[in-house]
Amino acid sequence: MSDAPLIEVDHLIKRFGPKVVLRNLDFQAYGGEFVALLGPNGAGKTTFLRILSSLSGPTMGRVRIAGHELPRQAAAVRRRLGVVSHMPLLYGDLTAEENLRFYGRMYDVARIDEQITAILDLVGLAGRRRDLVRTFSRGMQQRLAIGRAVLHDPDVLLLDEPHTGLDQDACEMLDAVLRQVAARGRTVVMTSHDLSRVEDLATRFDVLTRGAIRASIGKVDMPRDGLLAFYRQSLEKARAEGEKGGR
Amino acid sequence: MRNYLRALGAVIWKDLAAELRSRELLSAMLVFALLVLFIFNFALELNVKARLSVTSGVLWVTFVFAGTIGLNRSLAIEKDRGCLDGLLLAPVDRTAIYFGKAVANFLFIMVVAAIVLPVYSILYNTNLFAQPGLLLVIVLGAEGYVAVGTLLAAMAVQTRTRDMLLPILLFPVILPVLVAAVKASSGYLQGLPMVEIQPWINLLLVYDVVFTAISFMVFEFVVEE
Repeated sequence: MSDAPLIEVDHLIKRFGPKVVLRNLDFQAYGGEFVALLGPNGAGKTTFLRILSSLSGPTMGRVRIAGHELPRQAAAVRRRLGVVSHMPLLYGDLTAEENLRFYGRMYDVARIDEQITAILDLVGLAGRRRDLVRTFSRGMQQRLAIGRAVLHDPDVLLLDEPHTGLDQDACEMLDAVLRQVAARGRTVVMTSHDLSRVEDLATRFDVLTRGAIRASIGKVDMPRDGLLAFYRQSLEKARAEGEKGGR
Repeated sequence: MRNYLRALGAVIWKDLAAELRSRELLSAMLVFALLVLFIFNFALELNVKARLSVTSGVLWVTFVFAGTIGLNRSLAIEKDRGCLDGLLLAPVDRTAIYFGKAVANFLFIMVVAAIVLPVYSILYNTNLFAQPGLLLVIVLGAEGYVAVGTLLAAMAVQTRTRDMLLPILLFPVILPVLVAAVKASSGYLQGLPMVEIQPWINLLLVYDVVFTAISFMVFEFVVEE
């Protein structure tokens, strides 16, 4: 893990009209970390990831990724990012190979043919490279989406609930791909509302509720069976604070 | 510049390749355009002279309505599967995405025109290919229409009422290009002297340049959250 954080977020506020979604959120992630961003629905996880991925601008606060400030240096940040959301961001009427070739051209990937072959091998879709993406199962589409996100070899991978809508087998295959992707030293930030989905993958667990990070813990700090208790306690504490603040 | 052109080419290639497979967009545009021609053919029982006076109007109504279907679909494909986010995440100038989409939309309208013109010529017993100037007007009119239409479709697609919103936004803005295109087309078909057609051609040229420039400048703000 490097000394300087790869992702640095200070006092981030995001408003949509009168609704405050993120409230003074502080966050840091270092090179090689796999951060699970846990929180219930509506906590602000997707909004936070959209800001990190430069798809949405902060209302206030400072966001830096790999030394580049958002939104001012968004183009430089985008080059260093790979993003996977619950939608695959793939074209159903193009083949797996054509989708990767298109994104490869958008990211100016060198030796694109070799890279496409390597990525399809990585995500276990080499045998389906000439098949239309619309004929793929949801699990296969999500694996290809991860392939698309790492095609240009980004330093940071942002995953927004990538397991949404997948069955158990597809989740396990996706996890296997994620482990391989993370093992290459990338910084990964993955949101989830389900601890069981991320407990084997992540090296750090941050709990985001009511628009701010309320608790953070490293995997080494706590035995596996204690994580669930930690997550529940964090949620209850945030809920209690919310009720207290609301009175 | 190399990166810009590469991204532009990639977006055009992607749209054409996807359409070649699905034929979703072109078939909808073509079916609609041909239906409009048939309906006008049966609704208007015209003598030769009257035909010449309504031809340009019928043609442009056909292009504009069929084009609106195409514009809506072209951006909806990006939005429905989250692909618009995929495009916006790429480290390329966002105007390259705009121009890529606009060029693809322009080519789709040209394909529709290439089929509509001979069908019209047969149905209405009028040779539309006798006047090469008409083809120039179609190219200029389609360029202005697509320049504004692609921008407004990118705006409308962000809303739940996109199918209704696009025509409401688009038709008032393209009124100058529509009037100029109808007048210039009509001028060529009726064999009017160039001095009477030229002002409409000039208006089309000015519209094309101004609205392409405006779209170039504001596209990034339109697609940003």
